Amino acid sequence: MTTTGKVTSTLKTDMIVYGCILTLSGLQVVLAYQHTQGTQLMVRMLAVAVIQAGLGVMYFMHLRDERRNLLLALIPATVFVLLMMNMIWSDSFRLLHMRPK
Amino acid sequence: MSEVGLTMGGHVPGITEESPFAIPSKKLVMWLFIISDAVTFGALLFAYGYVKNASPDWPEPFKFSPSIVNVMLMTFVLVSSSLTMLVATRAAKAGNKTSGIRWTFITVAGGIVFALLHIREWLGLIREGVRLFQNPWGSPMFGATFFAITGLHLTHVMGGVIALTVVALGYKRGRYNSDDIEVWSLYWHFVDLVWMFVVPMVYLLNISR
Repeated sequence: MTTTGKVTSTLKTDMIVYGCILTLSGLQVVLAYQHTQGTQLMVRMLAVAVIQAGLGVMYFMHLRDERRNLLLALIPATVFVLLMMNMIWSDSFRLLHMRPK
Repeated sequence: MSEVGLTMGGHVPGITEESPFAIPSKKLVMWLFIISDAVTFGALLFAYGYVKNASPDWPEPFKFSPSIVNVMLMTFVLVSSSLTMLVATRAAKAGNKTSGIRWTFITVAGGIVFALLHIREWLGLIREGVRLFQNPWGSPMFGATFFAITGLHLTHVMGGVIALTVVALGYKRGRYNSDDIEVWSLYWHFVDLVWMFVVPMVYLLNISR
């Protein structure tokens, strides 16, 4: 499917990935209705979403068929920026627990 | 070309440096756009998490029916439209123009159905009294963050619907080629992937128990 890279996936592979992504979406709904609360539930939900996104990027967007250079140029930098955004949480908790009464 | 010509910045076919990623510039630009857009959505979702975490009375308004059922249906439609886009790209790359155009328009139809379901969801919440800075349940920021995130995603879906229509019609007339279909399929899959994060963060973590 790529202009330059050799495509290794077939329609059968695409259907399997499609099924996996839908199943994982269903799993998210099941997780939401379990009795887990708060941070633990959010971590589980995001873990499932990351797997779904990984499948989509690698198989639907065919990043695995491109040169490794492209993957290395795009993904680590994006993940780094998103991880750096996590520094806001401490201020969020401060606002929750130390707000003026 | 003499040595002087080369040092003066002259371009000679065959001696320019090979692209490090070995992909056409249009595709590289789309990837760079996708990465920047992913960070934009990431920032919005982090801001949403920040406001939610800092609010002791964050509303949990989403009932299984109609909201979660509607969201599940929207997810099914959007992921299915990604599959039809894959079929369209595959057909276009194989030189089957008619099939490529047909499947691209099926994808467009999926995008329109998704948008209609989304608007139905919005109207349901608006009927219940949710506005940008007020709602009947709790933290007034709920409406602003909810409409900002889902609105930006809906804008992307509508943008994709328009872009795919333009590219499919251009492909039919010979103005665009299968590479353009492929480049815009990347955008469509990205819109699908963003939804995978919007659903748990915005809907499933706020279900009514």
